[in-house]
Amino acid sequence: MDQNDFAFFTELLRRRSGLLLTQQKTHLVESRLAPVMRRFGFKDSAALMRELRHGHEALAAAVTEAMTTNDSAFFRDRRTFEEFRDIVLPELLINRAASKRLRIWCAACAAGQEPYSIAMMLDDGKLLAQGWTIDLLATDLNSQMIARAEEGVYSQFEVQRGLPIRRLVRNFTQEGSNWRISESLRRMVTFRTFNLLDSFGWLAEMDVVFCRNVLMYFDQKTRISVIDRVADIIAPDGALLVGPAESILGLTIAFAQTEHAPGLYYRAKPMSPQMRHAVG
Amino acid sequence: MKHCLVVDDSRVIRKVACRILADLAFETEEAADGAAALQACRLRMPDVILLDWHMPNMDGIEFLRALRAGRDGSRPMVVFCTTENDVAHITEALGAGADEYIMKPFDRSIIEAKFAEVGLV
Ligand SMILES: C[S@@+](CC[C@H](N)C(=O)[O-])C[C@H]1O[C@@H](n2cnc3c(N)ncnc32)[C@H](O)[C@@H]1O
Repeated sequence: MDQNDFAFFTELLRRRSGLLLTQQKTHLVESRLAPVMRRFGFKDSAALMRELRHGHEALAAAVTEAMTTNDSAFFRDRRTFEEFRDIVLPELLINRAASKRLRIWCAACAAGQEPYSIAMMLDDGKLLAQGWTIDLLATDLNSQMIARAEEGVYSQFEVQRGLPIRRLVRNFTQEGSNWRISESLRRMVTFRTFNLLDSFGWLAEMDVVFCRNVLMYFDQKTRISVIDRVADIIAPDGALLVGPAESILGLTIAFAQTEHAPGLYYRAKPMSPQMRHAVG
Repeated sequence: MKHCLVVDDSRVIRKVACRILADLAFETEEAADGAAALQACRLRMPDVILLDWHMPNMDGIEFLRALRAGRDGSRPMVVFCTTENDVAHITEALGAGADEYIMKPFDRSIIEAKFAEVGLV
């Protein structure tokens, strides 16, 4: 791919998804675009770029999806899930005792391992049986990932990284060499394709937001924009969980870090809009 | 250094597993069947046992039952590692006292994840 095409493509990707590409990634781009080229019948990347320059929407969406990195695992970064179970959840169960309603959002859920891990933890606590209403929303830019997540079928490989064997036997049924999540867990999660660059206006106020291992692919401006908009839709006592490699310190004053739990943030004290702008 | 006994009748599998475990800072020892594994345990009880199912002489589940029937009070972790990948076998293994279960084929990430489950990584 020549430099012009690469620059054009980098900008297209950044604009559509916030994903950052550096010059070293030429090879990655070529290999990820290969399936899209086959699907749309392009013989080389120059032809593909020509068509993209003409503003072919379906093609632009497809190349954007193809450039996302979707690896995930059940209970990935186990500590985060322990913090959710031991710190975040107990407090919310007290604070929401009257409404008995919890709203949780997984903002980049890949193939569903993260929301299903949360669903398993909530299920351990028998919250539904105790009359709680749980809105567990899981979104991702990549519509193919959302389709996989809704299907809830995982390979033997995928279920062995992060899932204890007893949980696997309890919560999945075997289909050949694959494993399907139980219907009751599947029904706990609502999946939807959603781009974090788009307006959060349709979202209800959230008690917990998982936004893990996605900010790290964004440029600084996009990170700040996403975090600030999460702050707008999160409850005053709500919690934000990010990945271990993604400190948001210094990006925002809307959130404050928790001592001893570096990936867990709570809303900072309310502030004026002027102050918030002073951060960026 | 934690001590892991790798029990498998395939020399290749033992070698691959031992290399991964050495990377994870385990001291490793090998046994080619259940009887040899019991003998090894009598001499020195490991912290964890990676255990195949089908083996000549004494298979994995027989070995596990004999191990768990032992009265010396030690309870090493046992992680099955087998091509038997159906719920019936898994349930039988857990019932006999297995702590975790790996369905072959495995790789480093799976060994690491499963040993983390039993608190050894
Ligand atoms: C590495 S995965 C992380 C999955 C999961 N949260 C975890 O921690 O295991 C990153 C996900 O972010 C999604 N993603 C990337 N850019 C996005 C955007 N602009 N809006 C929504 N999702 C995005 C990708 O499609 C991918 O599935």
